[in-house]
Amino acid sequence: MTDSDPRTQTTAAAESASGVASGRSIFLDAVTKRYPGQKRPAVDGVTLEIPEGQVVMLVGPSGCGKTTTLKMINRLIEPTEGRIVLGGEDVTTINGDELRRRIGYVIQAGGLFPHMTVAQNVALVPKMLGWDKARIAERVEELLELVGLDPDVYRSRFPKELSGGQQQRVGVARALAADPPVLLMDEPFGAVDPITRQRLQDELIRIQQEVRKTMVIVTHDFDEAVKLGDWIVVFREGAQIVQYDTPERILAEPADEFVENFIGSGAALKQLGLRRVREVEAADAVVAHAGGNAAEALRRAEQAGHNHAVVVDERGRPISWPSRRELSRMTRLPTELDPALPVVGSGATLNDALDTMLVSSAGATLVTGRGGVFEGVVDVETIMDAITMARQSAAERSSEAPVGTNTGAVDVVIDDEGAAVTSPQGSARDD
Amino acid sequence: MDFGEFLSSRSSEILFAAAQHFSLVAQSVVLATVIAVAIAALVHRSSLGRAAANSVSAVGLTIPSFALIGLMVAPFGFGVKPAVIVVVFFAALPILRNAIVGLAGVDPALVESARGLGMSRLGIFFRVELPLAWPVILSGVRVSAQMVMGVAAVAAYVLGPGLGGFIFQGLSRLGGAGAIESVVTGTVGVILLALILDLLLLGLGRLTTSKGIR
Repeated sequence: MTDSDPRTQTTAAAESASGVASGRSIFLDAVTKRYPGQKRPAVDGVTLEIPEGQVVMLVGPSGCGKTTTLKMINRLIEPTEGRIVLGGEDVTTINGDELRRRIGYVIQAGGLFPHMTVAQNVALVPKMLGWDKARIAERVEELLELVGLDPDVYRSRFPKELSGGQQQRVGVARALAADPPVLLMDEPFGAVDPITRQRLQDELIRIQQEVRKTMVIVTHDFDEAVKLGDWIVVFREGAQIVQYDTPERILAEPADEFVENFIGSGAALKQLGLRRVREVEAADAVVAHAGGNAAEALRRAEQAGHNHAVVVDERGRPISWPSRRELSRMTRLPTELDPALPVVGSGATLNDALDTMLVSSAGATLVTGRGGVFEGVVDVETIMDAITMARQSAAERSSEAPVGTNTGAVDVVIDDEGAAVTSPQGSARDD
Repeated sequence: MDFGEFLSSRSSEILFAAAQHFSLVAQSVVLATVIAVAIAALVHRSSLGRAAANSVSAVGLTIPSFALIGLMVAPFGFGVKPAVIVVVFFAALPILRNAIVGLAGVDPALVESARGLGMSRLGIFFRVELPLAWPVILSGVRVSAQMVMGVAAVAAYVLGPGLGGFIFQGLSRLGGAGAIESVVTGTVGVILLALILDLLLLGLGRLTTSKGIR
C-alpha cells in the first residue's frame, strides 16, 4: 500500500491552474472511425476533453470502441473524421511518427522488444530524438529507479529474464523516456496476476504523483478504473459515451442501467476503495509502553472510559491491544508483538481497514502513520459515517467536469495562448 | 596413379577451384539473402503476397538445376554469368520461404508497440522485424548454402568456376586414368566446402543473434 492519494493531489494540481502538471490536455473533436465495408462506425463522433495532468480511464465492454478511441489519440488508427488537439495544437495532420514520439504508449505486457536489453528498450525514443549517449544513460538510470527497478541489476537484462510485472514496469519506463506530456495505456495490467496487478496499480499511482502526466488508460476492469482514475468514461458499443464523471459520482449516481450493470454489485462497497484511512477522523486511545505497569494502564483506560489500551514499543509502534479484562489479569504489559493485531497504514483504503476489522473480528483497527507509529483507532461506525458523507458530497456535480459527448455539438476555440477552450452545448450528461 | 599422387600433382589446381567454388557460393548466397529478404519485406504483410511467394519458392525448387543452367546458355552464353544467376536463383528460394515465415512470426503487438513509440516503417523493419526474424532467416540461409554447393558444381557444365570441373572431366572419360580420382576429388571437395561454410554460418548466427532471443 502506498502512502499516496492521487485524488487530493490532482485536485491540488487543478487548483493551482496549469503550473504543476507536466501533462497536456487532449481534445478529441467529433472524432469518428469508419472501417470500409462496415455499416456502423466503430467510433461515432466522440467529443472528449481530457484535462491536463489527470488520469482518465476508458471503460466499457469488449468491442465497444474504447481501444480504437485510445489509438486515435496518437493516430495509430487514423480517424476518418474529426480533429485531435493536443495541448492546444491541432495534431490531426502532422507526421504520425513525430506525434507518437511525443506521446508515451504502453500496451499489455509492456510490448518490450525481446532482442534488446532493458536499457536499449528504454533508450529507444531518446535515441530517435537524437539525444547524446551520456544523457540517454543518465535518463535510463533515472527511469529504472522511478519504476522501482535497480538499474545495476536490470539494465543489461533481456525481457525474457524479467517477470511479467517487471516487464510491465520497463514498458512504463520506456513510455516515459522522452518525458512526453501524455501517456496512453492499453489494458496495461491485463496480463499479470491479481497480486502483481495491485502492486503495479499502487506503483502507477505513486509514479503519477511524481510525474503528473496526462494519462488515458483503457481497461475492462471497473475496479481498476475506480482505483486509478480521476475521471472515468463509460462507453457502450460504437464508442457511445454513457457517462463521463469522477469515480465517486459514477458509483453514487450511475447515469443509467447500463452503467449500473457495468459497475456490478456492491457500488457502495467499491466506494470504500476510494477513500483513505487518513481522510477519516481516527479516535484517540489510551497508550501505554511495552513492559510498563498493567494496573496503571487499566486505571487510565477506566478513567478515559475506554475498553482497550494500546501498547506501543519504544519507537511508538503498536504491538498489542489488550482489553480491560485482559489488563486486569496481567501485571506487566506485553513486550512481544501480537501477530493478530489489527493494524492498517494511514494510506490504506477504507476497504482495507474494514477487511482488517473483519479478519480480526475486533470491530475496529489501529491506524499507523509514517514509520509505523501509532496514530489512532478507526471503528466500523467511523467508516459508515464516511461513506454516507461521501455519497452525499458525490451527489453534487463539479462544475469543472470535462466534456464528453457523441453529439459533437461543442464549440472549440483555440485562444491566443494556445489552450483549447470548450463550451459545452447540450452535453449528454445534463442533470 | 593412386589418389595421393593425383592430389599432389594437381594440388594447386584443386585449391584454386575450391576457392573459386567457395567464393561463387558465398557471394551468391549473400546476394540471394538480400534479394529474398527484400522480397519478403515487401510481400509479408499481405496474405496474397505470402501465398504467392511460398508457391514460387516451392515450385522453383522442383526445377532441375541442370536443366535451368542449360537454358541459361542461350541468353547469357558460357562462363560465370549463367552460373551466378542459377546459383542465386536456387539460393534465394529457401531463404525467401524462411524470411516470410520469420517475418510473419513477429508478434503484431511488438510492431504496434514500435509504431506507438514513433518508429518509422523502415525503422520498424530494420530494428524490430528483421532482428526478430533473423534466426529463422539464417536457418534458411544455411539450408540454401548447403543446397547450392551442389548446384554450383553443376555450373561447370557452362564452364562456370569451381570444383564441378573435376566432376565433369572425370565423368566424361570414365574408365581412363585418374577419372575416378577426379570425380571423387570434386565431390569430396564440395562436401568439405559445404561443412566449412555451414560452420561459418553457425558462427555468424551466434554473433548476429541477440542473446535475448536465443
